[in-house]
Amino acid sequence: MLQKIYDWIDERVDITPLWRDIADHEVPEHVNPAHHFSAFVYCFGGLTFFVVVIQILSGMFLTMYYVPDIENAWRSVYYLQTEVAHGQIVRGMHHWGASVVVVMLLLHTMRVFFQGAYKKPRELNWMVGVLLFFIILGLGFTGYLLPWDNKAYFATEVGLNIAQDVPIIGDELKTLLSGDEEIVGAQTLARFFAIHVFFLPAALFALLGVHFILIRKQGISGPL
Amino acid sequence: MSEDKRPVSRRQFLNYTLTGVGGFMAAGLMVSPLRMAIDPVLQKEAADGDLTNVQLAEGDITNEPQRIDWEIDQVDGWYESKVSKTAWVYKDDNGDIVALSPICKHLGCVVSWEGSEDYPDQFYCPCHDGRYYKDGMNVPGTPPTAGLDIYEHKIKNGMLFLGKAQPREEA
Repeated sequence: MLQKIYDWIDERVDITPLWRDIADHEVPEHVNPAHHFSAFVYCFGGLTFFVVVIQILSGMFLTMYYVPDIENAWRSVYYLQTEVAHGQIVRGMHHWGASVVVVMLLLHTMRVFFQGAYKKPRELNWMVGVLLFFIILGLGFTGYLLPWDNKAYFATEVGLNIAQDVPIIGDELKTLLSGDEEIVGAQTLARFFAIHVFFLPAALFALLGVHFILIRKQGISGPL
Repeated sequence: MSEDKRPVSRRQFLNYTLTGVGGFMAAGLMVSPLRMAIDPVLQKEAADGDLTNVQLAEGDITNEPQRIDWEIDQVDGWYESKVSKTAWVYKDDNGDIVALSPICKHLGCVVSWEGSEDYPDQFYCPCHDGRYYKDGMNVPGTPPTAGLDIYEHKIKNGMLFLGKAQPREEA
């Protein structure tokens, strides 16, 4: 049945080459943990992506219950955490996953750094990777405010003050982030939500695409 | 292994096992999110709420339908609010109390008793000229396909209490 559906589509659109291009390619011996166990360090990038996928999925489902409004944000989180079946688990996935992404990202960065895999011709991909790192940190920062509890509020207060210390544009940068010159409140929460679920994920997808295309184009760096 | 069976190649075997294990893990990952998403469908319907005193004395109920408005406490997920409800209340020829929902059974507009001068002694819906007789049954040939819902009611200490509006049983 599945084979028939696949053949029906393939006959018309010829998807096999596309599919081959994406999934069917050689894994060099030196990155295959079956040959050299120490090659597991090459898994960190893929693991980072895997956890990012979990974050996207769990985040999509969380927005079915969450509302980015100072009157109701905390209550909606409390509701989904206590009243909705498996809500605690899904929020747990998103909460812990956020930390795991950063850990995996750092491990991946360290592998690339210590193997010198960022060197020519792969400097561009290193730069894209650094941008991805900032985006992930931005996602962590904006997501932290969304439960709108005391920890979230004061962490954001601190984060905004750090932004304010940027030379020359600090004050404007802080206002741009918080939506108001003095108040960390309704406008801040709405902004952070928009940034967290629309702007940063969009940038994340675009840069991840570039990151992966460059890997395929340049291949994995050679053995040490 | 019999001769006519094609042996499974190493590549096929790995493909199947990896797809299987991967699919199993992906499915396991999605269990909680999906369960959470469909929770509203599986939530038990709240037990019939208490009937509310609508501040109308039994003695004030006449043979003429009168509009009664009252408020109930509504819990909507994390949001609690007061919601106003409306009923048309009268005593029928047997002296039984009838409390009708004003929600038109056509597309949910609000009907009024004698809402149109052209149709005295009927409930009238302004949206599509839907009409109902005094007992709440729909006038054949007008848009509604069923009679108006009926509120559960009781009399306590001489006051009228109303609960939920229930669809009438199909005759």
